[in-house]
Amino acid sequence: MKLAEIAKLLDAQFVTGADQAEREVARAFAADLLSDVLAMVQEEGVLLITGMITPQVVRVAEVMNMGAVLFVRGKLPPQATVEYATGATIPLLATGQDMYETCGTLYRAGLLPAKRKGFPLGNAFPHARHP
Amino acid sequence: MPSPTRVIHKRIYEVAPRDLERAGTVSTAVRRELLALGMTPDIVRRASIICFEGEMNMVLYSEGGRIILLVRDDRVELLFSDRGPGIADIDLASQPGYSTAPDWARELGFGAGFGINNMEQNSDLFKIRSRVGEGTVVRATILLGIPFF
Repeated sequence: MKLAEIAKLLDAQFVTGADQAEREVARAFAADLLSDVLAMVQEEGVLLITGMITPQVVRVAEVMNMGAVLFVRGKLPPQATVEYATGATIPLLATGQDMYETCGTLYRAGLLPAKRKGFPLGNAFPHARHP
Repeated sequence: MPSPTRVIHKRIYEVAPRDLERAGTVSTAVRRELLALGMTPDIVRRASIICFEGEMNMVLYSEGGRIILLVRDDRVELLFSDRGPGIADIDLASQPGYSTAPDWARELGFGAGFGINNMEQNSDLFKIRSRVGEGTVVRATILLGIPFF
């Protein structure tokens, strides 16, 4: 699915990378927990849907070679983060919709979930010890 | 004892404790170095994830230290060495879901307790040594040209 199409479906704005509106993302992953993104996403070019706006979001997107980052709930990252994303050529989009609405809309439009590893705790529960 | 393979590339990066503005920049630098060396996307991705997890651990929990990227003919090595506080029970700390992260780290989206496990999952060889009060050293190795499942 093209980023332009995603922006249209969600009434989202390009925070940066509008020149890459024709870029295709095949699949998506949604999380606020960056630990989960790092531990689970198994492929490249994925759309990251998140409500986190720290500089680390864009760094995670860069090291995992993600296709774009979509911020939900009307959140906008600080200017330094936007500039960093521009330099790293990672398009950033922002929508006023919440994560549930965003995921539902994109899923219904045919954007598939990213390939991922088994959940780290999927076969550890209930024996994993917690502090 | 096989003869050591040739070192193609070596870089040393300093990591400052609690420097959240710069946290992750070593990993993006390592990624760019490996891309420039013509490493395959799979190797670059695994090394980048290992580096990011290690770097975040150093920023969030350690007294600072350094990360060494060592590229040899047959492998990519990442060495993480910090100045403390050390890990008392490495097996426990490596368990998925175990975390000692303070709230401020969790609020940044980290500290879910998958870090060490994720580093190991992406490595071919993985070793942690630690002494409480002195520091921790992690060596993560990716072997080139062998299948990874």
